[in-house]
Amino acid sequence: MTLMKNQIVLVVVAAGLVYYVGDRAGQQRTDAAAPPAAAVAATAPTPAGDGSAAAPTAKPQLAVASDFAQASLTELQNDPNIWVMQNGNYASTRYSALDQINAVNAKDLQVAWTFSTGVLRGHEGGPLVLGDVMYVHTPFPNKVFALDLNNDGKILWKYEPRQDTSVIPVMCCDTVNRGLAYAEGKIFLYQADTTLVALDAKTGTKLWSVVNGDPTKGATGTAAPMVVKDKVYVGISGGEFGVRGYLTAYNTADGAQVWRGYSMGPDSDTLMDPEKTTHLGKPVGKDSGTATWEGDQWKIGGGTTWGWYSYDPELNLVYYGTGNPSTWNPNQRPGDNRWSMTIFARDADTGMAKWVYQMTPHDEWDYDGVNEMLLVEKEIDGVMRKLLVHFDRNGFAYTMDRLTGELLVAEKFDPVVNWATHIDMDTGRPQVVAEFSPAANGEDVNTKGICPAALGTKDQQPASYSPRTGMFYVPTNHVCMDYEPFQVSYVAGQPYVGATLSMFPPEGKDHLGNFIAWDAVKGEIKWTIPEKFSVWSGALATAGDVVFYGTLEGYLKAVDAKTGEELYRFKTPSGIIGNVNTYTHNGKQYIAVLSGLGGWAGIGMAAGLTEPTEGLGAVGAYSSLSDYTQLGGQLTVFAIPN
Amino acid sequence: MNLTSFPGHRRATAAQHLAAALLGGALFSPAISADYSSFKFSPETPYYVEDNKVDFGTYNGFRRYHSECHTCHGPAGMGSAYAPALMKSMEVLTFDQFVEVVINGRTGMDQRVMPGFASNLNVLPYISDLYAYLKARSDGVVGTARPPNFPKVKP
Repeated sequence: MTLMKNQIVLVVVAAGLVYYVGDRAGQQRTDAAAPPAAAVAATAPTPAGDGSAAAPTAKPQLAVASDFAQASLTELQNDPNIWVMQNGNYASTRYSALDQINAVNAKDLQVAWTFSTGVLRGHEGGPLVLGDVMYVHTPFPNKVFALDLNNDGKILWKYEPRQDTSVIPVMCCDTVNRGLAYAEGKIFLYQADTTLVALDAKTGTKLWSVVNGDPTKGATGTAAPMVVKDKVYVGISGGEFGVRGYLTAYNTADGAQVWRGYSMGPDSDTLMDPEKTTHLGKPVGKDSGTATWEGDQWKIGGGTTWGWYSYDPELNLVYYGTGNPSTWNPNQRPGDNRWSMTIFARDADTGMAKWVYQMTPHDEWDYDGVNEMLLVEKEIDGVMRKLLVHFDRNGFAYTMDRLTGELLVAEKFDPVVNWATHIDMDTGRPQVVAEFSPAANGEDVNTKGICPAALGTKDQQPASYSPRTGMFYVPTNHVCMDYEPFQVSYVAGQPYVGATLSMFPPEGKDHLGNFIAWDAVKGEIKWTIPEKFSVWSGALATAGDVVFYGTLEGYLKAVDAKTGEELYRFKTPSGIIGNVNTYTHNGKQYIAVLSGLGGWAGIGMAAGLTEPTEGLGAVGAYSSLSDYTQLGGQLTVFAIPN
Repeated sequence: MNLTSFPGHRRATAAQHLAAALLGGALFSPAISADYSSFKFSPETPYYVEDNKVDFGTYNGFRRYHSECHTCHGPAGMGSAYAPALMKSMEVLTFDQFVEVVINGRTGMDQRVMPGFASNLNVLPYISDLYAYLKARSDGVVGTARPPNFPKVKP
C-alpha cells in the first residue's frame, strides 16, 4: 500500500534553484600522475577460467579512487576489477566478467569481512569499489563511508549530511537510498531532502551541492544518480504527493543545471519536438504532455523518476521510466495521463526526447514504469538489433528497439498476471480485463483479486543479464491485491493517494516471490525458483556462470546460471533488499551485499509488526518475516578461502 | 440479533475476524438495522459494530488511515522506527488530545516527526472517522483487514 516509490515533486524550482559552490580546496587533482583506469585494467590480473585465483602480484598500487579520475566512465565500466556504478555499467546488465568464483567452487564461499553501517531501516543499493577504496552509503540520514580495503576496511573518511527530519514523513515506503555515483574523482550523493552533493573521493570534502526539489511539497530523493560525460543526472520521488516528475542534468564540475525534462506539461517542459519525438514510430504531436489530462491536472500529475537510468554511448541516449500518475484514484484523472508510466529516451546532452512509450495508459493499479532498462544486442528474425529490455511493474516484460522505440516483444513474466490479457502490438496498449479495472468498477468499489499487486510483478530491484547464457535473471514479486479508489483532495506536501489496498499471495499459492530466468527474444520463462517472500534485492550474473541474489529472510544465494540449481546460501544478519556486486582486491574476487530489511517489502517488518492478521493485506502476507530476521544495516563481503 | 454496539462491550474473537475477512465485500450492502440508524458518533461512543459490520464512519476511517497515516504508522498501526504504535497511543489519548496532535503535529525525540495535518483536506474533515477506526482497532473490535460495513446513513 503505501507507496512504493519514493516520490517527489517539485512544483517550483526553475528560478528558485539554490545551489552553491562550497569548499573547492579539495577539488584539485592531486593525483594527476596516476595511471588512467584503462591502463590499470590492462595490467590487472586476468581471472583464470578454471576458477583458480590469478596471481595477485601483478596488481599495481592503487591508492584511492581519485586515481581513476582521468578515465571516463565508459572506460571504467569495462574494468571488471572495480564496481563503478550501481548497476555495474551503463547498460544496467549487472554482469561481471570476473570468473574466479564459478559454478564449481561457489559452494566454498565464506564470509571474508563485515561492516556495520550503524543505521537501521531499509538498505537498498550497494557499495561502489574503485581500486583499494570501497564507498558505502546508508538510508536517511544518508551517511557515506570510504573504507580502506588495504587496511581491513578501516574508515578513511565519513560524511554525514545534516538534514531536516521533516523529510522523513514525506518519504513513501521507508527512508531508502539506492546508492552513490562516481566520476572524475568525485562521489555523488543524492540525499533524502533532494540535495545533490559532490564529495572529493579522496578526502570526503564537500565540493558543491545543489537542491533538486522541495520536500515541503512532498519531493524527496531516493535514486542513485548517474553520470554521463560532464553531467550528473538525478530524478525525483513523490508520486504519492502529487509531485510532477522530471529528470535533471547538472554539470559535474560545479552543479550548474544544464537541462530538466518533465514527465508531463507543455513541450517546453517535457523537452519534446511534436514532429521529431515519436511514440511507436509516430510523432507525438503538439503538447502531448498536457493533451491527455483534464485542465491543469498535469501540474500535480506524478510521473516521478525515482528508478534507474541507463545510457547508450553510441546513440548518446539516456533511458529511464516514469512513475504513476497522481492520484491513485483513476476516476479523478480521466485520460491517458501522458507521459506517466512511460519509457523515455532522451539525448544525453540536450535532454530532448527522441522517443517515448507509455506502457500503462490511465493507470488504475499503481504500476510505476521506473524499473531499470537493460541494454543488450541480440538477433531478432536474423538481424542483430540494439535492444532495450524492461521488466515492468505491470507484469509484462518488454523488448524494444532502443534506437527507434519499436515494440518487439511484450509478454507476461508471471503467469498469474490477470489485469490485462495481452499487449496490442500495433497500439502498444494493454487489453484491460474489466473485472480487474478499478476505473471501470468506479469509486468506493473494492475490486478484488487483481494480479499483480501495486508493488508489481517486479519493483525497483534490478535484474541482471549474462551474455554467456543469453538469459535475464529477474527478482520478482508474486503478490495480488484488492483495490478501492475514493475521492481525495490535493494539498501541497500532503499525501495524495486516494485508494486503499490489501495484498496477498495469488490464489492457491503460499509464496510471495520468484527468481526467474527469462528469454527476452521469445518472451518466455526458462526456469523459476520460488521464494517465500518477494525477492527485493538486485541480482548479479558473472562470467563464472553464477547468479547471485538476496532474500528478505537475509540469505545471500548463489545459483547456477544455466539451471538455477542452488550452489550456496548464507544467512546475513538482516533481510536483503540491497544489490549484489563483485570486484577484485589484490587479484582476488569478492562478492558484496548490504543487508538491512525495510523498503516497501519490509514495511510490515520495519513497523515491528507481529500481530497475526486475517490473511488479507500485505501485513498479513509479510508478518511472518519477523520469524526469520530483524532490522539491521550491515555490509557482508564473501570470498573463496585461499 | 447479535448486537455488539459500543466500545468495551466485547472484543471480537479471532474467529470472528476471520469470518469478517472472508465475507468482507461480499456482503457490502447489508440492511440497516434500527439500532444503527440511530447511531451517532461521539467521543464516548465513536463506533458501532453489529454482526462484525462497522458503521460507515469507522469504515471510512480505515480507508483514510491507509491513505494518509499508514506510511509512517505502519499497515496495522503498530508503529515504526520513527513513528509510535497508535494501538498503544489510543488507549490513553482522549478525543481532544487526538485532534490536537493531528492538527498541530508533534516533534518528539530522535528522528520522530509527526507532521501537522491542519491543512489536509483528506484528514481533518474525517478526523472523527479516523478516531473511530483507530479506537476500534485499539479496542480489538476490528482487525487489520478491511472491515465489512453498513452503508452510510443519511442524516
